[in-house]
Amino acid sequence: MNITQLLNQLPGAAAQGLIWGIMAIGVYITFRILDTADLTVDGSFATGGAVAAILITSGVHPLLATAIAFLAGLLAGLITGVLHTGMGIPAILAGILTQLALYSINLRIQGLGTDLGSRANVPLSINKYKNMLVSLRNVGSFSIENPIWLMLLITVVLIGIMYWFFGTEYGCGLRAVGSNQQMARAQGISTGRGKIVGLMISNGLVAFSGALMAQYQGFSDVSMGRGAIVIGLAAVIIGEVIFGKLFRNFALKLLAVSLGAIIYYLVIQVVLWLGLNTDDLKLLTALVVALFLAMPYWKSHMAARRMKGGKPVV
Amino acid sequence: MLVLKQLYKTFNPGTVMQKTALDGVTLTLQPGDFVTVIGGNGAGKSTMLNAIAGSFQIDSGSILLSGRDITHLPEHRRAAFLGRVFQDPMMGTAASMNIEENLALAARRGQRRGLHWGITASERGAFREKLSTLDLGLENRLGSKVGLLSGGQRQALTLLMATLKKPELLLLDEHTAALDPKTAEKVLRLTSQLIRENGLTALMVTHNMKDALALGNRTIMMHEGRVILDLNARQKQTMTVEDLLAQFEQASGKQLANDRMLLT
Repeated sequence: MNITQLLNQLPGAAAQGLIWGIMAIGVYITFRILDTADLTVDGSFATGGAVAAILITSGVHPLLATAIAFLAGLLAGLITGVLHTGMGIPAILAGILTQLALYSINLRIQGLGTDLGSRANVPLSINKYKNMLVSLRNVGSFSIENPIWLMLLITVVLIGIMYWFFGTEYGCGLRAVGSNQQMARAQGISTGRGKIVGLMISNGLVAFSGALMAQYQGFSDVSMGRGAIVIGLAAVIIGEVIFGKLFRNFALKLLAVSLGAIIYYLVIQVVLWLGLNTDDLKLLTALVVALFLAMPYWKSHMAARRMKGGKPVV
Repeated sequence: MLVLKQLYKTFNPGTVMQKTALDGVTLTLQPGDFVTVIGGNGAGKSTMLNAIAGSFQIDSGSILLSGRDITHLPEHRRAAFLGRVFQDPMMGTAASMNIEENLALAARRGQRRGLHWGITASERGAFREKLSTLDLGLENRLGSKVGLLSGGQRQALTLLMATLKKPELLLLDEHTAALDPKTAEKVLRLTSQLIRENGLTALMVTHNMKDALALGNRTIMMHEGRVILDLNARQKQTMTVEDLLAQFEQASGKQLANDRMLLT
């Protein structure tokens, strides 16, 4: 185990964490603000990658391609939102349905212009598309080309925009929908429309993040979003556990999510360096997330036990 | 003001759970009426309020408010005209948002919500002033999460929110039932005060017969989804709780099956 080998990996982990951090902010919007677990993200992350990749390979400027990927994400969120509020399908199932459908759609998007009409992988070589926004090739350098700088800038601007939006009249209404639907309706807020808008923004950010990830890693893959929701939740939870007491302001809470994603990737690098098999990573992530999700439940259970004088609560 | 014409509602039709909650409710409120609503469990009191608020669609009948037919308007659209306080103190406020955010949401009830900042500085001052009239010390806690408040404080806040933007009709659904007697009394006093000061039209469901007789200018009694008794201000003055119970037995042919009502 060579320590320089680990140190060399850290900038890459930080860049990945920053990109996934944007996805995690999207997850935060549904999971924490709207109080819905949205599983669309596994699909919409790959959709973002697919849309950006196919546009970039057909000559569209990466900036525009990334923006269009964001729009595609909005559309994915809209579909889940309509399945949920317009067709009465439980949110979690609506997300799974969209996610599943997106797998086929993503294959088709990536296959645009090919003979087969569907493709699992689109290569995006930085040598060929030199104006891509981020690339892992420069992650070790100290130049302005290093994707970490741009990702930091994007993250800060994004947090600023989210802080503004959820402070507006409209954004406050969305937060009310997540906090208490009965109250929201009594104040004249359409909870159905609110959920749709929230899901759209969330998936827009997730697809935006997917578009950046495809450029960063130099390819888009139909399965690149597998487990995204769990990574997003991990980032949200790690951020809350570490910075929860410190960060009370909404903008800082979003920053905590981004930091959570970075920490997640740094820790992953360390456990890989310690000899964990890459194949076991998802199992480890799932275990860690399950544990952290259980903690508030256990805590309240123990508090209730104490109040009942040690007798078990039925 | 408010006209309810032959409201019918059956829940779970065609199942063993079938329950006729509203069985031809007809009621007309004049502007400025403060009507207290009493009746046994399952008499349809809350169902009537929820039908007015649009929590569900009624089977038949019509609901008119200030001449507008609101029968088929969705709940969030009716909110523009209605102020609501629920029995559950947790129901009327957003726990994860702070006091001023809740008030700011209520100040924009029924209005288009745009991309202006959610609370203005001038509003903050006005909120502080209004909160100080509650005498609960909330005026210094504008930034506190509502989830940290007690049930009584939350209910008082909900009441303030419901009247912040003057509603055409205030719906109070046993809003003091979940509070301890002392807090309940305080919230009730605040209720009368807000209704009087703002000249509001109000429907208040209560399980407390004394309160029902003491407050408002009119009392209606419901039984099995119908209005079976309608007392005006003059009749209320001479009526005692015992008279009311006797009236109930006469009108319904049954003993009033509500322990809560008899005990309080």
